[in-house]
Parts: sequence; C-alpha cells; structure tokens
Amino acid sequence: MPVMTYRDALRAAMAEEMERDEQVVLLGEDIGVYGGTHLVTNGLIDQFGPRRVIDTPISENGFTGAAIGMAMAGMRPIVEMMTWNFSFQAADQIIQNAAKIHYFSGGQVHVPLVIRGPNGGGVQLSAQHTHSLEGFYGHFPGLKVVSPVTPEDVKGMMLASIRDPDPVIFLEAGALYGTKGDVPEGDYTVEFGKARIAREGSDVTLVAYGRQVNMLLRVADDLDKEGVQAEVIDLRSIRPFDTETIITSVKKTNRAVVVQEQWRWFSVASEVAALIQEHAFDYLDAPVERVSGAEVPAPYARNLEVAGFPSEEQILEAVRRVLYQESR
Amino acid sequence: MAEVIMPKMGDAMEEGTLLKWLKSPGDEVAEGDPIAEIETDKVTLEIEASESGYLTNTLVEEGAIVPIGTAVATIGAQDEVGQAPAAAAPVAEPDEAPAAEPAATAAEPVAAAATNGASAPAAVQAAPPEPVVRADGERLRASPLVKRLATEHNIDLNQVAGTGPGGRIVKADIAVYVSGEKPAPQAAEAPKTAPSKAEAAAPATGTVVEMSRMKQRTGERMAEAKRDIPHFYVSTSVDMTAAMAFRTDTNAALGEDGGKISVNDLVIKAAALALRDNPTINRSYVNDQLLQHDSIDVNMAVAVDGGLIAPFIPNADQKSLGAISKLAKDLGRRAREGGLKPEEYQGGTFTISNLGMFDVDEFVAVINPPQAAILAVASVRETPVVRDGEIGVGQLMQLTLAADHRALDGAEVAVYLQSVKRYLENPMLLAIS
Repeated sequence: MPVMTYRDALRAAMAEEMERDEQVVLLGEDIGVYGGTHLVTNGLIDQFGPRRVIDTPISENGFTGAAIGMAMAGMRPIVEMMTWNFSFQAADQIIQNAAKIHYFSGGQVHVPLVIRGPNGGGVQLSAQHTHSLEGFYGHFPGLKVVSPVTPEDVKGMMLASIRDPDPVIFLEAGALYGTKGDVPEGDYTVEFGKARIAREGSDVTLVAYGRQVNMLLRVADDLDKEGVQAEVIDLRSIRPFDTETIITSVKKTNRAVVVQEQWRWFSVASEVAALIQEHAFDYLDAPVERVSGAEVPAPYARNLEVAGFPSEEQILEAVRRVLYQESR
Repeated sequence: MAEVIMPKMGDAMEEGTLLKWLKSPGDEVAEGDPIAEIETDKVTLEIEASESGYLTNTLVEEGAIVPIGTAVATIGAQDEVGQAPAAAAPVAEPDEAPAAEPAATAAEPVAAAATNGASAPAAVQAAPPEPVVRADGERLRASPLVKRLATEHNIDLNQVAGTGPGGRIVKADIAVYVSGEKPAPQAAEAPKTAPSKAEAAAPATGTVVEMSRMKQRTGERMAEAKRDIPHFYVSTSVDMTAAMAFRTDTNAALGEDGGKISVNDLVIKAAALALRDNPTINRSYVNDQLLQHDSIDVNMAVAVDGGLIAPFIPNADQKSLGAISKLAKDLGRRAREGGLKPEEYQGGTFTISNLGMFDVDEFVAVINPPQAAILAVASVRETPVVRDGEIGVGQLMQLTLAADHRALDGAEVAVYLQSVKRYLENPMLLAIS
C-alpha cells in the first residue's frame, strides 16, 4: 500500500470524489489561492477552478448557511473551518438548520454537507483556538460526528462523509496532518458507527479517538513490558456510535480506561463509561476510569499545555487503578 | 445455539477445572475440534466442539472449577457471537435469592472440592481463607463481576477476603479463593503500617505453593485411606540373584530393538501370578463388604509432575513378561505426559509402588482404596546372605505389603508374600506361567 500523510490522504479523498461527482464543491477561508491554512486543499483550485474551490469571506455563519442551501438543492459541499473553534460563529446554521432540516421537512429534504477542519490542541494555540468539539457536536441529533486518526481512515471516512445524505462533522486530528501511514489504493469507504480495534489485548480495554489513540498505543507497549495486555479501541465514529465493540472488549477484559483531550464533564468519555455500566455491569471488576483534559481554558505556555492534557503517566496510573495494582 | 458441557470422564469425576481456552469467541470451529483443555482429578484432556459453527460464548473463566454437565461454552452461527445463550438461566435479583437453586446441574458447589458426600449442602465447608473482618452491618463490597461469578458458582462472598479499595472483593480474590490459597489478609487495607499484636502472632512465613487438582485429590484420598483403613504391614526379603541374571540374559537375547525387561516388570508379573494363587488378596473393601475381583488388574504408581497416578495393567497374570513390559512403559510415559485415558487408571485390583530406582532400603505404602493391599518394592542391593550354612553375596530386595485388616489377616498376607518371593527367586516360573 502507498504511504501517505494524513493531509495528503484527506486531499486525495476530496479530489477523487470531485473528479467522480461534479456536485462536490469546496468552500472556506483561504482554501483556494492560498492553498489552505493547513495546506489541506493545496493545488485543488488549479485542478478544479474557482467555481468549485470557493474562497469565502471571513464569515463562517454566512458561508456555512450558503453551503446548507447548496446541499438542500442537491449539491455536495465541503466546508472547511480553518479550525473548529471558528465553527462557534456558524453554530446557529449547523445546529439550528443543518441538523434539523431533514426532521423539519418530514424526511423530504436531506442536507448532504460535510464540515471539516482541525480539532483539538497540542500546538500552543491557546484557549480560544484549542477546543475539542466532539462532545459538543455529538450532543445534537441530526449530526453525524467522526474523528479519524489514521491516514487510511481519514480518506475512507471522508469519502463516506461526502456520500452520506446527512450533515457530517468531520473532526481532523490537527496535530497529526504530517503523520504518515498506509492508505489503500482505489475507492473505499470506512463505515460510520464501527470502532477499530487498534491493538488486541486481554487485560484492560483502553478507549480513545483522534490523536489520543496513538498515545494509547504507546501506553499499551509500556504495559506489555509489565505483562499487561491492553486492548486499544479507536472509536473513529462518535455519532453513530459502536457500542458493541466496546462491550465485547470489556466483557473480555473486565476493566476499561477511556481517554480524551476534551474536558471530562458531559463528554464522550462520560458517555462511554455510562454505556459500559449499562451493558457490561456484571462484567466489571473495577469502576471505569476517565482520563481527560484539565478543567481550565487551554493554556498557551508549553509546560502548562502539556500538563493540561492527558499524559501517558496519567493513563498508566488509571490502568493501575483498574487493575488494582500499586501505583509506582 | 448448542452448549458444550463439562464432560463426565469416568465414574469418580464430579467436576473439572477449565485450564485453558484453545478457541476464543468468534473463532470458527468444526465438530471435534479441541476448544478447551480441562483437568480432571487425574489427567488433562481436551474438550471437543459438539458441532460445527462459531464459538459464540465462553461461559467460564480459565481456572474455574466446573461441575460436570455444566455448559462451558456455546456454539452457534457467526451472527450469534457474543450473544447470551438463549437457554442461560437469568441471574435472579441478587438480594432475593443469591444462591437458592441455580439451574439444574450447576447445583454442585464449586468450592467444595474436598467434600465427598452428595449431602454436603454448603459450598464453603472446605477450609475457607481467612475472611476479611467486616463490622456488623457493614456492607459487603464486591465488584459486579465478582457478584455475578459468586452467583454462578455458589460462592459465599462472606468467606472471600477482599483486597480492593475498602476491602472490595475483586476478580483476583475469587481466583485465589477458588484455588484454595490463603490470601494475604487485608493486603490493601494496611500494607505499610506495622502489624497489630494479633497479626504478629500469625503463622509461619513462606511461600504458598498452589496445589494441582491431582495433588489435592491424591491428598484427600490418602488422608481418607490412612484415617479409615486399619493398615498392617508384612515384610520379606527376596533374593533377586537369579532374577537379575535372568533379566540380564533375557535382555541380551532380546537385543537392542527388543525392549528391555525391567525389575518392575518382573515384580508385576510375580505379584499377579501370586494373586492368582492367593485370590483372597485380590479383593476390595467397599461399603463394609468384601468384593472378590474376577480379574487381576495390577496398578503401578507413577510419579508425575504435580502428583501421583496409578494406571493399571489389566489381566496381568495372563500377560507375558514382554507384553507387561511394553504396556508398563507405555502407561508410564503417557502418565508423565498427562495423556492417560480415564479407563486406564480408574479401576485396578491391586497396586504396586516401586521406589527401587531410588536406592531405598525399605518403605511402607498407603493403601489405594478400595483395594485391600498394596505392595511396596525397595531397591535390589548386594547384601551378605547365608545359603546352606555358607555366607555369600546375594542381591536382596525388600518387599512390604500393606494390607487392610478389615479384609485380610496376617497369615494370608504372609502366604501371599511367600508366593511372590517364590516366583521372583525362580524366574523361569515367570516365563512359563
């Protein structure tokens, strides 16, 4: 399989689908002539022209609303949020219109819209530019929310998103645009609502999505040296959600640690913990642990930012608690 | 979905230990495929898939002791993987009926490995580990998994020491309890403080060694035998000079590929022929009655990793020395590999325990119930002997018969030993009888 960066896999998905389907158009700030703030759309304006790669004003609510209208009329727009933090400007369009039109129209009108952009922090962008919004958008019925971490998944899920009849919130791992991985050749999609078992194990289930999955894989390597076999589950799809894979794993391991960058209160990890106790209560040997971001606005200073996000040490400590091991 | 049950491998088997899963839920299995290793009192066996399909669920953990007839796994279609088996008895509200009457065959208590009688009602009569002291009215803490396991296996959690936070009983504590080990009491409670005076007077230090099922079972049987059977012992010396020469000559004649006759083979044959001549020894004492056996099936005690097992040579009196030798070697090898079939060790009418290879002067053995006698065989060693008023060098071997005085008296045992001795001192009789 060819090796590609996360960024190139994402661009390839959009370009291939634009070749296949002329209803696919891109909208966003600086995505055309400038090539995109994160170079995700670099070169696409040369390939498809300014009618399909549309540079917009700095007006998230406006161009998101325009894209919703395009989608209702049968086009397949992809909106770039320069970062997901700016989607708060467009929250009214996303939540009040995109998520509800299918419902309001009695199922007559679909909104096949993809909104994509980098999510989360870790690159010193401070409090207003460091949000992880999967819990926020995952809250609203009518939206689909995905958060792929591998180049393979980012391409397969982007193709699935463009072809999906409903609005998809596509949360990219902004800190990982340059990471490389195998990407299958040809056309393929990654189905929503299916988690990925990133590593098999028997002793403890570790659950995350986005860049925390990579951290869990490193923790699992450390645990392996101590004789603990951790199973790592990459959720990939926040809504719809794959309960079964998690429950099957917890029934095997009897314990779980859920990790996320976002704040703990009312979060994805809280939902996962609740699902586990609902569906695998009689299999739990220890309370489900959540490892989350510190309950403060994200700091700018490097040392404070590192301290504010889940660390491998925090995850290891949580694993030891569910295993009833002495902390070290 | 079809259930795979803990099979009954022989009459004495009431439960088995699930040692290891060889397949995992989701694996495709064909009928007859081994899916798990189980350990009975005596051997390690594989359970096979009862039909083809997918292993949908494993219902017991590795290491669990399971009564025979209990479902340990289910096999079904691929889309049934992970689904609860339809026929599984739902767990009752724990508060209402914790262990009242679990479904059908699962009624036999799991933890009561030591209780032999079917009347023993409680699961916990077999010496429980020291329970964590809970104050009156204090809530018992256990993880949900532990509560489910306790219900399924009739474990009284009041008898299980908890090592989790606040004395919570966790999965590892159940494993310790079921294996019969003593846990370190309240390890999580006060590990770093000095022990109280009461705890300081606790028993000796050392490492608890886990006993295999076989060793536990052998221990129970031997304790019962030594406690209940009035043993008495009769010894004699056998001059093995002729037998050793016979053995040397025979083995030389057999050559390299013919298989070697051992002293043990000679003793088995001699003991069997002597049993034919003295049938009262070939008896068992069962339920206050004497049972005269029709066949002479000689067990030989074999030391194996983790315990002792005594496969037998059926109709040993009718077998040639060569046949005995071949079978004894095969049984011994497979006993050490854990590969005996139940019908090869369940039964037998008379047992020989031979420590001759270990340079022992003499020893007495404990009777293998319900048999009436056991023959202990010591080493063959050069010893001064008096023959016809002359002192010479003989090769003497000490035999000691332990007998059940309820079944046998001294005189008949002495006559039997004389008979064994006559065969061994005239080895041609072993070849022609």
